[in-house]
Amino acid sequence: MDNMEKKIVVEDLSVSFDGTHALSNVSLDVFKGEILTIIGPANSGKTTLLSAINRTLEIKDMVSITGRILLDGKDINESEPEEIRRRVGMVYALPIPLPMSIRDNVLLGIRLQRRLKRSEEDDILEKTLRAAFLWEEVKDRLNTSAIQLSGGQQQRLCIARTLAVKPEVILFDEPCSGLDPISTMKVEEALKELVREHTIVFVTNNTKQAARIGTRTAFLLMGRLVEVDATEKLFTVPSCKETEDYITGQFG
Amino acid sequence: MRLGPRIAELFAKIFLFGITLFIVGILLFIILFILKNGAAHISWKFITMPIEDMGRSGGILATIVGTGLIVLVAIVVATPLGVSSAIYLAEYTKGGRITEVIRFGINCLSAVPSIIFGLFGFILFVETLGFGWSILSGGLSLAAMVLPTIISTAEEALRSVPISYREVARSLGATRWQTVSKAVIPYALPGILTGIILSIGRAVGETAVVIFTAGTATQMPRSLLDSARTMAVHFYVLAREGISLDNAYATATLLICTILIVNASAYMLMHRLMRGRR
Repeated sequence: MDNMEKKIVVEDLSVSFDGTHALSNVSLDVFKGEILTIIGPANSGKTTLLSAINRTLEIKDMVSITGRILLDGKDINESEPEEIRRRVGMVYALPIPLPMSIRDNVLLGIRLQRRLKRSEEDDILEKTLRAAFLWEEVKDRLNTSAIQLSGGQQQRLCIARTLAVKPEVILFDEPCSGLDPISTMKVEEALKELVREHTIVFVTNNTKQAARIGTRTAFLLMGRLVEVDATEKLFTVPSCKETEDYITGQFG
Repeated sequence: MRLGPRIAELFAKIFLFGITLFIVGILLFIILFILKNGAAHISWKFITMPIEDMGRSGGILATIVGTGLIVLVAIVVATPLGVSSAIYLAEYTKGGRITEVIRFGINCLSAVPSIIFGLFGFILFVETLGFGWSILSGGLSLAAMVLPTIISTAEEALRSVPISYREVARSLGATRWQTVSKAVIPYALPGILTGIILSIGRAVGETAVVIFTAGTATQMPRSLLDSARTMAVHFYVLAREGISLDNAYATATLLICTILIVNASAYMLMHRLMRGRR
Protein backbone atom coordinates (compact mmCIF):
# COMPACT_ATOMS: atom_id res chain seq x y z
CA MET A 1 0.00 0.00 0.00
CA ASP A 2 2.96 2.31 0.45
CA ASN A 3 3.10 3.25 -3.18
CA MET A 4 -0.53 4.48 -3.16
CA GLU A 5 -1.33 8.15 -2.99
CA LYS A 6 -2.52 9.37 0.39
CA LYS A 7 -5.74 11.38 -0.01
CA ILE A 8 -6.31 12.08 3.66
CA VAL A 9 -3.81 11.96 6.48
CA VAL A 10 -5.06 12.15 10.05
CA GLU A 11 -2.24 12.96 12.45
CA ASP A 12 -2.57 12.52 16.17
CA LEU A 13 -6.17 13.74 16.27
CA SER A 14 -7.78 14.23 19.67
CA VAL A 15 -11.26 15.62 20.21
CA SER A 16 -13.11 16.38 23.39
CA PHE A 17 -16.57 17.77 24.05
CA ASP A 18 -16.76 19.97 27.12
CA GLY A 19 -13.80 18.06 28.63
CA THR A 20 -15.00 14.54 27.75
CA HIS A 21 -12.69 12.73 25.34
CA ALA A 22 -14.30 11.50 22.14
CA LEU A 23 -11.13 10.71 20.20
CA SER A 24 -7.62 10.16 21.56
CA ASN A 25 -4.50 10.43 19.40
CA VAL A 26 -5.94 8.89 16.25
CA SER A 27 -3.57 8.66 13.28
CA LEU A 28 -4.90 7.21 10.06
CA ASP A 29 -4.35 7.44 6.31
CA VAL A 30 -6.99 7.18 3.63
CA PHE A 31 -5.68 6.27 0.18
CA LYS A 32 -7.00 7.70 -3.03
CA GLY A 33 -9.73 5.60 -4.62
CA GLU A 34 -10.26 3.17 -1.77
CA ILE A 35 -13.22 2.41 0.46
CA LEU A 36 -12.05 2.63 4.02
CA THR A 37 -14.67 1.14 6.29
CA ILE A 38 -14.67 2.10 9.95
CA ILE A 39 -16.27 -0.22 12.46
CA GLY A 40 -16.71 0.00 16.21
CA PRO A 41 -19.42 -0.01 18.85
CA ALA A 42 -21.56 3.04 19.64
CA ASN A 43 -19.70 5.97 21.18
CA SER A 44 -16.35 4.90 19.83
CA GLY A 45 -15.85 8.21 18.00
CA LYS A 46 -16.63 7.15 14.43
CA THR A 47 -18.96 10.03 13.65
CA THR A 48 -16.65 12.47 15.40
CA LEU A 49 -13.78 11.34 13.20
CA LEU A 50 -15.84 11.82 10.03
CA SER A 51 -17.07 15.26 10.97
CA ALA A 52 -13.53 16.33 11.87
CA ILE A 53 -12.41 15.40 8.34
CA ASN A 54 -14.93 17.69 6.61
CA ARG A 55 -14.75 20.43 9.24
CA THR A 56 -18.36 20.18 10.35
CA LEU A 57 -17.21 19.17 13.83
CA GLU A 58 -16.10 22.69 14.65
CA ILE A 59 -19.66 24.01 14.24
CA LYS A 60 -20.68 22.22 17.45
CA ASP A 61 -20.51 23.93 20.83
CA MET A 62 -17.83 23.25 23.43
CA VAL A 63 -15.65 21.17 21.17
CA SER A 64 -11.84 21.20 21.31
CA ILE A 65 -9.77 19.67 18.53
CA THR A 66 -6.02 19.00 18.49
CA GLY A 67 -3.86 17.31 15.88
CA ARG A 68 -3.77 17.77 12.13
CA ILE A 69 -5.72 16.53 9.15
CA LEU A 70 -4.22 16.82 5.68
CA LEU A 71 -6.21 16.70 2.46
CA ASP A 72 -3.93 16.13 -0.55
CA GLY A 73 -1.00 16.97 1.72
CA LYS A 74 -2.41 20.35 2.84
CA ASP A 75 -3.70 21.12 6.32
CA ILE A 76 -7.49 21.46 6.08
CA ASN A 77 -7.42 24.38 8.49
CA GLU A 78 -5.51 26.41 5.92
CA SER A 79 -8.52 26.41 3.57
CA GLU A 80 -11.94 27.92 4.04
CA PRO A 81 -14.22 25.48 5.90
CA GLU A 82 -16.82 25.77 3.11
CA GLU A 83 -14.26 24.67 0.52
CA ILE A 84 -13.29 21.62 2.60
CA ARG A 85 -16.95 20.70 3.07
CA ARG A 86 -17.52 20.85 -0.66
CA ARG A 87 -14.47 18.72 -1.40
CA VAL A 88 -15.33 16.24 1.35
CA GLY A 89 -19.04 15.39 1.22
CA MET A 90 -21.00 13.71 3.98
CA VAL A 91 -24.00 11.39 3.93
CA TYR A 92 -25.69 11.08 7.29
CA ALA A 93 -27.13 8.10 9.13
CA LEU A 94 -30.72 9.22 8.75
CA PRO A 95 -31.72 10.53 5.36
CA ILE A 96 -32.48 14.22 5.74
CA PRO A 97 -34.31 15.47 2.67
CA LEU A 98 -35.17 19.13 3.03
CA PRO A 99 -38.87 19.95 2.61
CA MET A 100 -38.60 20.92 -1.04
CA SER A 101 -38.78 19.15 -4.39
CA ILE A 102 -36.43 16.38 -5.45
CA ARG A 103 -34.89 18.79 -7.96
CA ASP A 104 -34.29 21.52 -5.38
CA ASN A 105 -32.81 19.04 -2.92
CA VAL A 106 -30.25 17.71 -5.36
CA LEU A 107 -29.29 21.18 -6.58
CA LEU A 108 -29.18 22.82 -3.15
CA GLY A 109 -25.42 22.68 -2.65
CA ILE A 110 -24.35 23.52 -6.19
CA ARG A 111 -26.75 26.47 -6.40
CA LEU A 112 -25.04 28.01 -3.39
CA GLN A 113 -21.85 28.25 -5.41
CA ARG A 114 -23.10 29.65 -8.67
CA ARG A 115 -26.12 30.35 -10.81
CA LEU A 116 -26.91 27.49 -13.17
CA LYS A 117 -28.59 27.37 -16.53
CA ARG A 118 -31.64 25.16 -16.74
CA SER A 119 -29.88 22.75 -19.09
CA GLU A 120 -26.89 22.51 -16.73
CA GLU A 121 -29.27 21.78 -13.87
CA ASP A 122 -30.96 19.02 -15.84
CA ASP A 123 -27.59 17.47 -16.66
CA ILE A 124 -26.45 17.49 -13.04
CA LEU A 125 -29.79 16.10 -11.88
CA GLU A 126 -29.73 13.16 -14.24
CA LYS A 127 -26.05 12.40 -13.74
CA THR A 128 -26.13 12.45 -9.94
CA LEU A 129 -29.45 10.64 -9.64
CA ARG A 130 -28.19 7.94 -11.98
CA ALA A 131 -25.00 7.63 -9.97
CA ALA A 132 -27.11 7.22 -6.84
CA PHE A 133 -29.24 4.55 -8.59
CA LEU A 134 -32.38 6.65 -8.12
CA TRP A 135 -32.97 8.14 -11.58
CA GLU A 136 -35.31 5.48 -12.93
CA GLU A 137 -37.53 5.69 -9.86
CA VAL A 138 -37.96 9.48 -9.77
CA LYS A 139 -37.33 10.80 -13.30
CA ASP A 140 -41.03 11.48 -13.88
CA ARG A 141 -41.59 13.36 -10.65
CA LEU A 142 -38.56 15.53 -10.08
CA ASN A 143 -40.71 18.46 -9.01
CA THR A 144 -42.63 16.60 -6.31
CA SER A 145 -41.70 16.82 -2.66
CA ALA A 146 -38.73 14.76 -1.54
CA ILE A 147 -40.49 14.04 1.74
CA GLN A 148 -42.81 11.62 -0.06
CA LEU A 149 -40.00 9.26 -1.08
CA SER A 150 -39.42 6.05 0.86
CA GLY A 151 -36.56 5.87 3.37
CA GLY A 152 -34.25 4.07 0.95
CA GLN A 153 -35.04 6.51 -1.85
CA GLN A 154 -34.47 9.45 0.47
CA GLN A 155 -31.04 8.15 1.39
CA ARG A 156 -30.08 7.73 -2.27
CA LEU A 157 -31.42 11.26 -2.86
CA CYS A 158 -29.06 12.48 -0.13
CA ILE A 159 -26.19 10.70 -1.90
CA ALA A 160 -27.14 12.44 -5.16
CA ARG A 161 -27.30 15.77 -3.33
CA THR A 162 -23.81 15.20 -1.97
CA LEU A 163 -22.52 14.16 -5.41
CA ALA A 164 -23.91 17.29 -7.05
CA VAL A 165 -21.30 19.40 -5.26
CA LYS A 166 -18.63 17.21 -6.94
CA PRO A 167 -16.77 16.12 -3.83
CA GLU A 168 -13.45 14.28 -4.10
CA VAL A 169 -14.07 12.34 -0.91
CA ILE A 170 -17.43 11.09 0.41
CA LEU A 171 -17.92 10.26 4.05
CA PHE A 172 -20.76 7.91 4.87
CA ASP A 173 -21.97 7.83 8.45
CA GLU A 174 -23.86 4.56 8.84
CA PRO A 175 -26.01 5.39 5.81
CA CYS A 176 -27.83 2.07 5.88
CA SER A 177 -28.69 1.90 9.55
CA GLY A 178 -32.33 2.80 8.94
CA LEU A 179 -32.76 0.89 5.69
CA ASP A 180 -34.15 -2.51 4.75
CA PRO A 181 -31.86 -5.10 3.08
CA ILE A 182 -33.03 -4.29 -0.46
CA SER A 183 -32.42 -0.58 -0.03
CA THR A 184 -29.08 -1.35 1.59
CA MET A 185 -28.13 -3.42 -1.44
CA LYS A 186 -28.96 -0.52 -3.75
CA VAL A 187 -26.81 1.86 -1.73
CA GLU A 188 -23.93 -0.62 -1.86
CA GLU A 189 -24.37 -0.97 -5.62
CA ALA A 190 -24.14 2.78 -5.97
CA LEU A 191 -21.03 2.72 -3.82
CA LYS A 192 -19.22 0.32 -6.16
CA GLU A 193 -19.65 2.80 -8.99
CA LEU A 194 -18.79 5.83 -6.88
CA VAL A 195 -15.44 4.48 -5.79
CA ARG A 196 -14.19 4.70 -9.40
CA GLU A 197 -14.06 8.46 -9.09
CA HIS A 198 -14.16 9.12 -5.36
CA THR A 199 -12.35 8.23 -2.20
CA ILE A 200 -14.79 6.82 0.31
CA VAL A 201 -14.80 6.53 4.07
CA PHE A 202 -17.70 4.41 5.23
CA VAL A 203 -18.68 4.12 8.87
CA THR A 204 -20.95 1.20 9.70
CA ASN A 205 -22.25 -0.66 12.70
CA ASN A 206 -22.68 -3.71 10.56
CA THR A 207 -19.41 -5.69 10.47
CA LYS A 208 -20.66 -7.88 7.63
CA GLN A 209 -21.26 -4.80 5.54
CA ALA A 210 -17.78 -3.52 6.33
CA ALA A 211 -16.34 -6.85 5.20
CA ARG A 212 -18.42 -6.79 1.99
CA ILE A 213 -17.50 -3.36 0.74
CA GLY A 214 -14.20 -2.32 2.35
CA THR A 215 -10.80 -2.09 0.73
CA ARG A 216 -9.31 -1.57 4.16
CA THR A 217 -11.04 -1.51 7.53
CA ALA A 218 -10.31 0.44 10.69
CA PHE A 219 -11.54 -0.56 14.14
CA LEU A 220 -12.26 2.18 16.64
CA LEU A 221 -12.96 1.54 20.30
CA MET A 222 -13.63 4.14 23.00
CA GLY A 223 -12.08 6.90 20.91
CA ARG A 224 -8.91 4.92 20.12
CA LEU A 225 -7.87 3.44 16.81
CA VAL A 226 -7.25 -0.19 17.66
CA GLU A 227 -6.08 -1.31 14.25
CA VAL A 228 -6.40 -0.66 10.57
CA ASP A 229 -5.60 -3.20 7.89
CA ALA A 230 -6.69 -4.67 4.60
CA THR A 231 -10.34 -5.67 5.09
CA GLU A 232 -9.78 -9.33 4.30
CA LYS A 233 -6.89 -9.57 6.74
CA LEU A 234 -8.65 -7.68 9.53
CA PHE A 235 -11.64 -9.99 9.34
CA THR A 236 -9.64 -13.22 9.09
CA VAL A 237 -6.45 -12.71 11.07
CA PRO A 238 -6.81 -9.54 13.16
CA SER A 239 -3.67 -8.56 15.00
CA CYS A 240 -5.42 -7.34 18.17
CA LYS A 241 -7.43 -9.39 20.61
CA GLU A 242 -10.02 -6.59 20.94
CA THR A 243 -10.67 -6.60 17.19
CA GLU A 244 -11.12 -10.35 17.18
CA ASP A 245 -13.55 -10.17 20.09
CA TYR A 246 -15.57 -7.47 18.34
CA ILE A 247 -15.82 -9.05 14.91
CA THR A 248 -16.66 -12.45 16.33
CA GLY A 249 -19.46 -10.88 18.36
CA GLN A 250 -17.97 -11.21 21.83
CA PHE A 251 -19.14 -7.67 22.58
CA GLY A 252 -20.51 -4.55 20.91
CA MET B 1 -66.58 13.25 51.26
CA ARG B 2 -64.51 11.88 48.43
CA LEU B 3 -65.73 11.50 44.90
CA GLY B 4 -65.11 8.32 42.98
CA PRO B 5 -62.61 8.75 40.14
CA ARG B 6 -65.30 8.43 37.49
CA ILE B 7 -67.48 11.10 39.08
CA ALA B 8 -64.43 13.37 39.49
CA GLU B 9 -63.57 12.81 35.84
CA LEU B 10 -67.06 13.79 34.84
CA PHE B 11 -67.01 16.92 37.00
CA ALA B 12 -63.60 17.93 35.69
CA LYS B 13 -64.80 17.56 32.13
CA ILE B 14 -67.96 19.56 32.71
CA PHE B 15 -66.11 22.23 34.68
CA LEU B 16 -63.35 22.71 32.09
CA PHE B 17 -65.86 22.68 29.25
CA GLY B 18 -67.94 25.28 31.08
CA ILE B 19 -64.98 27.61 31.55
CA THR B 20 -64.04 27.31 27.88
CA LEU B 21 -67.61 27.94 26.84
CA PHE B 22 -67.69 31.03 29.08
CA ILE B 23 -64.58 32.45 27.42
CA VAL B 24 -65.89 31.85 23.91
CA GLY B 25 -69.15 33.37 25.14
CA ILE B 26 -67.42 36.63 26.08
CA LEU B 27 -65.91 36.86 22.60
CA LEU B 28 -69.25 36.14 20.96
CA PHE B 29 -71.02 38.65 23.21
CA ILE B 30 -68.60 41.44 22.25
CA ILE B 31 -68.86 40.70 18.56
CA LEU B 32 -72.65 40.33 18.56
CA PHE B 33 -73.13 43.43 20.73
CA ILE B 34 -71.06 45.57 18.39
CA LEU B 35 -72.68 44.06 15.30
CA LYS B 36 -76.18 44.56 16.67
CA ASN B 37 -75.58 48.23 17.38
CA GLY B 38 -73.40 49.01 14.40
CA ALA B 39 -74.31 46.85 11.44
CA ALA B 40 -77.49 48.78 10.66
CA HIS B 41 -75.57 52.04 10.23
CA ILE B 42 -73.00 50.71 7.81
CA SER B 43 -73.57 51.59 4.20
CA TRP B 44 -71.46 52.02 1.12
CA LYS B 45 -71.75 55.75 1.72
CA PHE B 46 -70.41 55.36 5.26
CA ILE B 47 -67.33 53.57 3.97
CA THR B 48 -66.60 55.90 1.05
CA MET B 49 -67.57 59.38 2.32
CA PRO B 50 -65.30 61.84 4.11
CA ILE B 51 -65.98 62.66 7.74
CA GLU B 52 -68.51 65.48 8.07
CA ASP B 53 -69.43 67.58 11.08
CA MET B 54 -66.84 65.91 13.38
CA GLY B 55 -68.30 62.49 12.61
CA ARG B 56 -71.97 63.24 13.19
CA SER B 57 -72.61 62.65 9.53
CA GLY B 58 -70.72 61.57 6.44
CA GLY B 59 -68.49 58.53 6.40
CA ILE B 60 -65.15 57.34 7.67
CA LEU B 61 -63.04 56.94 4.54
CA ALA B 62 -60.23 59.11 5.96
CA THR B 63 -59.93 56.90 9.04
CA ILE B 64 -59.78 53.74 6.92
CA VAL B 65 -56.99 55.23 4.83
CA GLY B 66 -55.28 56.57 7.97
CA THR B 67 -55.42 53.20 9.69
CA GLY B 68 -54.10 51.42 6.62
CA LEU B 69 -51.18 53.80 6.16
CA ILE B 70 -50.16 53.83 9.81
CA VAL B 71 -50.25 50.04 10.02
CA LEU B 72 -48.37 49.78 6.75
CA VAL B 73 -45.58 52.03 8.06
CA ALA B 74 -45.46 50.05 11.30
CA ILE B 75 -45.18 46.65 9.61
CA VAL B 76 -42.75 47.77 6.91
CA VAL B 77 -40.47 49.13 9.64
CA ALA B 78 -40.96 46.43 12.28
CA THR B 79 -40.70 43.34 10.05
CA PRO B 80 -37.10 43.68 8.85
CA LEU B 81 -35.94 44.86 12.27
CA GLY B 82 -37.78 42.15 14.18
CA VAL B 83 -36.93 39.28 11.85
CA SER B 84 -33.26 40.28 11.72
CA SER B 85 -33.08 40.40 15.46
CA ALA B 86 -34.80 37.01 15.71
CA ILE B 87 -32.32 35.51 13.23
CA TYR B 88 -29.46 36.88 15.30
CA LEU B 89 -30.89 35.45 18.52
CA ALA B 90 -31.78 32.06 17.05
CA GLU B 91 -28.86 31.45 14.70
CA TYR B 92 -25.86 33.52 15.69
CA THR B 93 -25.72 33.32 19.47
CA LYS B 94 -24.75 30.38 21.59
CA GLY B 95 -27.21 30.92 24.43
CA GLY B 96 -24.86 32.82 26.70
CA ARG B 97 -25.68 35.30 29.42
CA ILE B 98 -25.84 38.26 27.05
CA THR B 99 -28.43 36.50 24.88
CA GLU B 100 -30.49 35.80 27.97
CA VAL B 101 -30.37 39.47 28.95
CA ILE B 102 -31.39 40.53 25.44
CA ARG B 103 -34.28 38.07 25.40
CA PHE B 104 -35.38 39.20 28.86
CA GLY B 105 -35.33 42.79 27.65
CA ILE B 106 -37.50 41.91 24.66
CA ASN B 107 -39.99 40.12 26.89
CA CYS B 108 -40.14 43.15 29.17
CA LEU B 109 -40.73 45.35 26.15
CA SER B 110 -43.80 43.31 25.26
CA ALA B 111 -45.19 43.94 28.74
CA VAL B 112 -44.85 47.73 28.50
CA PRO B 113 -48.31 49.36 28.45
CA SER B 114 -49.18 50.82 25.07
CA ILE B 115 -49.74 54.29 26.54
CA ILE B 116 -46.03 54.32 27.40
CA PHE B 117 -45.18 53.58 23.77
CA GLY B 118 -47.45 56.50 22.93
CA LEU B 119 -45.51 58.78 25.26
CA PHE B 120 -42.20 57.43 23.93
CA GLY B 121 -43.32 58.06 20.35
CA PHE B 122 -44.56 61.52 21.23
CA ILE B 123 -41.26 62.53 22.78
CA LEU B 124 -39.00 60.89 20.19
CA PHE B 125 -40.82 61.13 16.86
CA VAL B 126 -43.31 63.96 17.34
CA GLU B 127 -41.13 66.34 19.35
CA THR B 128 -37.42 65.48 19.12
CA LEU B 129 -37.28 64.34 15.50
CA GLY B 130 -39.91 66.89 14.53
CA PHE B 131 -42.23 64.59 12.57
CA GLY B 132 -45.18 66.19 14.37
CA TRP B 133 -48.50 64.42 14.81
CA SER B 134 -48.30 62.33 11.70
CA ILE B 135 -48.79 58.97 10.06
CA LEU B 136 -45.01 58.56 10.20
CA SER B 137 -44.80 59.17 13.96
CA GLY B 138 -47.78 56.89 14.60
CA GLY B 139 -46.41 54.12 12.40
CA LEU B 140 -42.96 54.24 13.95
CA SER B 141 -44.38 54.16 17.49
CA LEU B 142 -46.61 51.21 16.58
CA ALA B 143 -43.58 49.50 15.07
CA ALA B 144 -41.82 49.76 18.42
CA MET B 145 -44.90 48.31 20.10
CA VAL B 146 -45.23 45.24 17.86
CA LEU B 147 -41.49 44.51 17.62
CA PRO B 148 -41.41 42.14 20.62
CA THR B 149 -44.26 40.08 19.14
CA ILE B 150 -42.54 39.78 15.79
CA ILE B 151 -39.20 38.93 17.39
CA SER B 152 -40.54 36.23 19.71
CA THR B 153 -42.74 34.51 17.11
CA ALA B 154 -39.99 34.62 14.49
CA GLU B 155 -37.37 33.31 16.94
CA GLU B 156 -39.72 30.51 17.96
CA ALA B 157 -40.33 29.63 14.31
CA LEU B 158 -36.60 29.57 13.55
CA ARG B 159 -35.84 27.40 16.57
CA SER B 160 -38.43 24.85 15.50
CA VAL B 161 -36.42 24.12 12.34
CA PRO B 162 -34.60 20.81 12.94
CA ILE B 163 -30.85 21.12 13.63
CA SER B 164 -30.22 18.45 10.98
CA TYR B 165 -31.34 20.86 8.23
CA ARG B 166 -28.61 23.22 9.26
CA GLU B 167 -26.06 20.40 9.35
CA VAL B 168 -27.01 19.27 5.85
CA ALA B 169 -26.68 22.74 4.40
CA ARG B 170 -23.38 23.34 6.16
CA SER B 171 -22.00 19.98 5.03
CA LEU B 172 -22.81 20.96 1.43
CA GLY B 173 -20.52 23.94 1.82
CA ALA B 174 -23.08 26.60 2.75
CA THR B 175 -21.91 29.46 4.92
CA ARG B 176 -23.91 30.26 8.00
CA TRP B 177 -25.83 32.99 6.21
CA GLN B 178 -26.52 30.77 3.18
CA THR B 179 -27.76 28.10 5.54
CA VAL B 180 -30.08 30.55 7.26
CA SER B 181 -31.39 32.11 4.08
CA LYS B 182 -31.72 28.97 1.93
CA ALA B 183 -32.56 26.19 4.38
CA VAL B 184 -33.81 27.68 7.64
CA ILE B 185 -35.91 30.74 6.74
CA PRO B 186 -38.00 29.01 4.03
CA TYR B 187 -38.94 26.37 6.57
CA ALA B 188 -39.70 28.93 9.30
CA LEU B 189 -41.62 31.25 6.98
CA PRO B 190 -45.18 30.24 7.98
CA GLY B 191 -44.38 30.92 11.64
CA ILE B 192 -42.70 34.22 10.88
CA LEU B 193 -45.62 35.35 8.69
CA THR B 194 -48.13 34.41 11.36
CA GLY B 195 -46.35 36.64 13.86
CA ILE B 196 -46.37 39.51 11.38
CA ILE B 197 -50.07 39.14 10.61
CA LEU B 198 -51.00 38.93 14.28
CA SER B 199 -49.00 42.12 14.77
CA ILE B 200 -51.05 43.76 12.04
CA GLY B 201 -54.16 42.77 13.97
CA ARG B 202 -52.80 44.34 17.12
CA ALA B 203 -51.68 47.50 15.35
CA VAL B 204 -55.03 47.99 13.60
CA GLY B 205 -56.88 48.13 16.90
CA GLU B 206 -54.35 50.13 18.91
CA THR B 207 -55.66 53.44 20.23
CA ALA B 208 -53.45 54.89 22.96
CA VAL B 209 -50.25 54.90 20.93
CA VAL B 210 -51.72 56.63 17.88
CA ILE B 211 -53.73 59.22 19.80
CA PHE B 212 -50.43 60.51 21.16
CA THR B 213 -48.46 60.29 17.97
CA ALA B 214 -50.73 60.57 14.93
CA GLY B 215 -53.25 63.03 16.26
CA THR B 216 -56.95 63.14 15.47
CA ALA B 217 -57.23 65.09 12.21
CA THR B 218 -60.43 64.28 10.35
CA GLN B 219 -59.41 65.24 6.83
CA MET B 220 -57.98 62.83 4.28
CA PRO B 221 -54.17 62.57 4.79
CA ARG B 222 -52.12 63.67 1.79
CA SER B 223 -48.64 62.64 2.93
CA LEU B 224 -46.98 60.55 5.61
CA LEU B 225 -46.29 63.76 7.52
CA ASP B 226 -50.00 64.59 7.78
CA SER B 227 -51.88 63.88 10.95
CA ALA B 228 -54.43 61.09 10.60
CA ARG B 229 -57.20 59.58 12.66
CA THR B 230 -57.39 55.80 12.82
CA MET B 231 -60.66 53.89 13.06
CA ALA B 232 -59.97 53.04 16.68
CA VAL B 233 -59.28 56.67 17.57
CA HIS B 234 -62.36 57.77 15.65
CA PHE B 235 -64.47 55.34 17.66
CA TYR B 236 -62.93 56.64 20.88
CA VAL B 237 -63.61 60.27 20.03
CA LEU B 238 -67.17 59.64 18.85
CA ALA B 239 -68.09 57.62 21.91
CA ARG B 240 -66.16 59.62 24.49
CA GLU B 241 -67.50 62.98 23.41
CA GLY B 242 -70.97 61.66 22.70
CA ILE B 243 -70.85 62.89 19.13
CA SER B 244 -72.67 60.00 17.51
CA LEU B 245 -73.07 56.65 19.17
CA ASP B 246 -74.53 55.13 16.02
CA ASN B 247 -71.51 56.09 13.95
CA ALA B 248 -69.20 54.95 16.78
CA TYR B 249 -70.72 51.47 16.69
CA ALA B 250 -70.61 51.40 12.93
CA THR B 251 -66.90 52.23 13.05
CA ALA B 252 -66.36 49.59 15.72
CA THR B 253 -68.13 47.03 13.54
CA LEU B 254 -65.81 47.73 10.63
CA LEU B 255 -62.82 47.65 12.96
CA ILE B 256 -63.75 44.30 14.45
CA CYS B 257 -64.46 42.83 11.03
CA THR B 258 -61.06 44.02 9.81
CA ILE B 259 -59.30 42.39 12.77
CA LEU B 260 -61.24 39.16 12.33
CA ILE B 261 -60.35 39.07 8.64
CA VAL B 262 -56.68 39.73 9.40
CA ASN B 263 -56.56 36.95 11.99
CA ALA B 264 -58.48 34.51 9.84
CA SER B 265 -56.17 35.14 6.90
CA ALA B 266 -53.19 34.52 9.20
CA TYR B 267 -54.49 31.08 10.06
CA MET B 268 -55.45 30.28 6.50
CA LEU B 269 -52.05 31.36 5.20
CA MET B 270 -50.26 29.29 7.81
CA HIS B 271 -52.40 26.30 7.00
CA ARG B 272 -51.71 26.57 3.30
CA LEU B 273 -47.98 27.00 3.69
CA MET B 274 -47.77 24.05 6.06
CA ARG B 275 -49.66 21.87 3.62
CA GLY B 276 -47.51 22.87 0.68
CA ARG B 277 -44.53 21.51 2.58
CA ARG B 278 -45.70 17.91 2.55
